[in-house]
Amino acid sequence: MLGAEFEKRVDALVARYPKPKGALLPVLWEVQRAKGWIDFDAEAWVAARLGLAPAHVHGCVTFYTMYKPRPMGKYHIQVCTTLSCMLRGSDELFAHLQRKLGIGSGETTPDGKFSLVRVECLGSCGTAPMFQLNDDFHENLTLETVDRLLESLP
Amino acid sequence: MERILTRNVDKENAQHLAVYESVGGYQALRKALSSMTPDALTDEVKKSGLRGRGGAGFSAGLKWSFMPKEVDPKRPHYFLINADESEPGTFKDRLLMEKDPHLVLEGSLLGAFAIRASVIYIYIRGEFVHAARVLDRAIAEAYAKGYAGKNILGSAWSCDVYVHRGAGAYICGEETALMSSLEGDRGYPRLKPPFPAQSGVWGCPTTINNVETVANVPFIVERGADWFLSVGKAPKNTGPKLYCLSGHVKRPGVYEAPMGLPLHELIYELGGGMLHDDRPLKAVIPGGSSVPVLRADECEVDLDFDSLAAKGTMLGSAGLMVMDSSTCMVAAMARIAHFYHIIGNTICALGDAAAMPAISFVTKFRDEFQHHVDAKACLTGTVALQGVR
Repeated sequence: MLGAEFEKRVDALVARYPKPKGALLPVLWEVQRAKGWIDFDAEAWVAARLGLAPAHVHGCVTFYTMYKPRPMGKYHIQVCTTLSCMLRGSDELFAHLQRKLGIGSGETTPDGKFSLVRVECLGSCGTAPMFQLNDDFHENLTLETVDRLLESLP
Repeated sequence: MERILTRNVDKENAQHLAVYESVGGYQALRKALSSMTPDALTDEVKKSGLRGRGGAGFSAGLKWSFMPKEVDPKRPHYFLINADESEPGTFKDRLLMEKDPHLVLEGSLLGAFAIRASVIYIYIRGEFVHAARVLDRAIAEAYAKGYAGKNILGSAWSCDVYVHRGAGAYICGEETALMSSLEGDRGYPRLKPPFPAQSGVWGCPTTINNVETVANVPFIVERGADWFLSVGKAPKNTGPKLYCLSGHVKRPGVYEAPMGLPLHELIYELGGGMLHDDRPLKAVIPGGSSVPVLRADECEVDLDFDSLAAKGTMLGSAGLMVMDSSTCMVAAMARIAHFYHIIGNTICALGDAAAMPAISFVTKFRDEFQHHVDAKACLTGTVALQGVR
């Protein structure tokens, strides 16, 4: 589906498990990495490759919150607002991002550059407030450091 | 005090094998494979009093001893490392994995040897992208030097190690849900029995341990169970412990101390005291957000399993959330409830986790809740009612 290199990586992942189904989460990660999100065609391909029903694959894509069933912004910002972050100002941080980007939780800017979502604990409570920008954690944030960071993004 | 679990975390390049070896890394694995049987290793860990650091506090050695003593070739043994650190307030396992991945690996390999496993899966929460990469690199280094894979260190024992990334599901930190997820299903819990040691992942004997739990094992092997018993509060609260300090303190972070560190010492000495000098301590959630809260007047307590149980709460995952006098307890409770609503609204196994702190909040801070109801106003003056969510 996504080239010979991709299929080789999938084969290697499948070999790690006694049953192909065990490779479902890692293979979905590979798909998302290659395509940016997981569409129905990709789900069907994964289902066929692992010998599963497409409905099972779709059920997992929608159960696990990190899989994206639709495209998100180039920069996907996930703001933790659970208790430890709340105590250190995550609500103000989130409100600031909403104002600055002009979007609410779960939305993407019209130019497709940013998407914003409120999430639960990211395991970074000692460096609150924080958000995850694509793969990376940004910790001990202030409104000023956030502004500088966002302006530095191409 | 001597730092044990975190001795390498501030070292440059500590995630590389050469640095880990330079401080005696993998000597415990060498020692176990050359001079101990799996049962002797299990007995040593049992004797050390090591209790699970994920939350339940169950004896690690006893858990290992539930595994079959012989391996049926049709039913290989699996060792799962629970790195799905998701309990709000908890961030210790991430530190170990990012900064000292070989310690986590060596501990995992020792546990796998003890339970006669031939495969280890490190189930890591999907958000920990960096930690997963660090672990993957460490695993590749370990294979290259013969610490993992076929005939480890020339012994008859072979064991593969894989990182398995979750994808966003709090429930997968629960061990039976973790197994469902590893098998490629949605992460729903299963009923016990059967227990994982009898029939776990793919119907095979399985043991699941937390990251910090296995990180203790190399030291027990190297220094012996008696040494471990001398750290902390023998006989039942032993060994070094990582405490995650967050909220209204000057220096939040992960602190290591012998099990049984007084809570006041953690907040006022290691943590540098309350964030604002004019806002005194109001409450502490001591073990991650699913355990009952302590009022300031209940905080003369040692941070260990049994001392906290005596206060009606739990050490849990040692995620300490500190709240000062400006905190509205209704808002804090609402935030915790929101977490369990979002994360667990279809999965009843989490019902208890949500109810326990709620009962303690309402009981211990009844006046605040009453005031929100009667006067439609916040006693701390910090929250408008419509702001509570």
